[in-house]
Amino acid sequence: MEKLKNFLGKSYVWLVMLFFYVPIIYVCVFSFNESKSLTRFTGFSLQWYQKMFESRTIMEAIYYTVAIAVIATIVSTVVGTITAIGLSKSRKIVRDVVLQINDLPMMNPDIVTAIGFMLLFTSLHIEKGFMTILLAHIAFCIPYVILSVMPRLRQLDDNLAEAALDLGCTPVQALTKVIIPQLKTGIVSGALIAFTMSFDDFVISFFTSGSGINTIAIYVYSSIKRINPTINALSTIIVLIVTVVLIVVNVVPMIKDKKLKEGK
Amino acid sequence: MKSFSKMAWPYMLWLGAFVVIPMFLILMYSITRQGNSVITLNFTIENFAKFFSDSIFPIVLWRSLKIALITTVLCILIGYPCAYIIANMSERAQAFAILLITLPMWINMLIRTYAWKGILSYFDMDASIKVIIGMVYNFLPFMILQIHTSLSKLDRNLITAAEDLGADKFETFKRVILPLSIPGVISGITLVFLPAVSSFFIPKLLGGGEYVLIGNLIENYFISVGNWNYGSAISLIMALVIILSMFVTKKLDKKVGSED
Repeated sequence: MEKLKNFLGKSYVWLVMLFFYVPIIYVCVFSFNESKSLTRFTGFSLQWYQKMFESRTIMEAIYYTVAIAVIATIVSTVVGTITAIGLSKSRKIVRDVVLQINDLPMMNPDIVTAIGFMLLFTSLHIEKGFMTILLAHIAFCIPYVILSVMPRLRQLDDNLAEAALDLGCTPVQALTKVIIPQLKTGIVSGALIAFTMSFDDFVISFFTSGSGINTIAIYVYSSIKRINPTINALSTIIVLIVTVVLIVVNVVPMIKDKKLKEGK
Repeated sequence: MKSFSKMAWPYMLWLGAFVVIPMFLILMYSITRQGNSVITLNFTIENFAKFFSDSIFPIVLWRSLKIALITTVLCILIGYPCAYIIANMSERAQAFAILLITLPMWINMLIRTYAWKGILSYFDMDASIKVIIGMVYNFLPFMILQIHTSLSKLDRNLITAAEDLGADKFETFKRVILPLSIPGVISGITLVFLPAVSSFFIPKLLGGGEYVLIGNLIENYFISVGNWNYGSAISLIMALVIILSMFVTKKLDKKVGSED
């Protein structure tokens, strides 16, 4: 009876996993389809991969998506960390008000945040393009970095920084040698969230981009009206990269862990 | 040490520029007349009055709320058992299952939704059902992860205690596990309901051109029609409705919590 229940439970989880992975596998399979059809597999071909690598629009879209995600992650991680440290030393009322406003972009639906940015850039007569997308991405990533660094700061012992200063550190040294190393896990997870948010984003980019610039998501959105199998090829490559990166990130520490234990 | 507090000052200015002013601009656009730059300030309430004469807006708002509600309920019904079973697995199996659930989330939402287009084209079904499938697919991972977090934090001793005190499995679940996992369900609801109400590319990709939810309406007024004033007013109303529903959810949470 217990075994049957166990089996049923596991099957249920696998069923949910199937639901998550079927469409992804479907797209990967049809990226090798000879014909344009998304429903009938007529034969094996690599032509959509060739077309993808030859398409300037797609290559540019990939470049912009990655460039924006990397720059936005670096800037928002630095600014977010500095701000979080500053806030932890600010008066409670200041901190509470700033954190409350900081929460707004996370509470608001994407589309409202996006049109807010759009109206801002238009009122300032800033031409929409790479810079506006980048600024918007930095703006919506910082709150997540602050949110993931703040809890670490709360656990931090105030006396450590005091001690560093007493022992002759300059404030900058106290910051870089004592405070920031202890925030490392919070900063890393903040940077990871920022990168995912930026890399995954469609809505904010869509409303803050001009006509001349595409990100991967904007490209997919603008070309769905026609059947376009190059998107299947592009998706397959993204799936492949994400899978490899995640496996490396997750499995390598597991193996190291095992080796360490065996070494003992 | 106090001097470190200065480090937060630049971001306060930034918050003003990129959070407060944009919100203020949406408000200003919604209460001014179309065709006027914000500087001339020609105030009007006609953007809000238009809701009552507009035949489309109330229907679309109602439809969006209905679809989001169905999506949220389905995510709880499918996600809770899944999170519960995962939380009872061995630690390694749990880590693996969570990895499998997070992996698709790293692939762009738009691409994952696009993936359903091919599969759903085999079936002749109502546009709403297709949109709901797309939404459940996109947002279910959030629900599972939130519930799983609250379940895995649960103190095992409480369950043992309940069993020692004579509660059977169902009783233990109903009176110990379920109430303690409600916070996870609530944050799951926030993460599912909020993007579901405002989503505009899922209905556009899966529902076909004619299927309109509130997000599509906003996109239309900003991108195609170019009536930013009415678009802003619609966004404000949507934000209000969302805040209100969240408030009700939190209230319900407290009420459920106080009954036990």
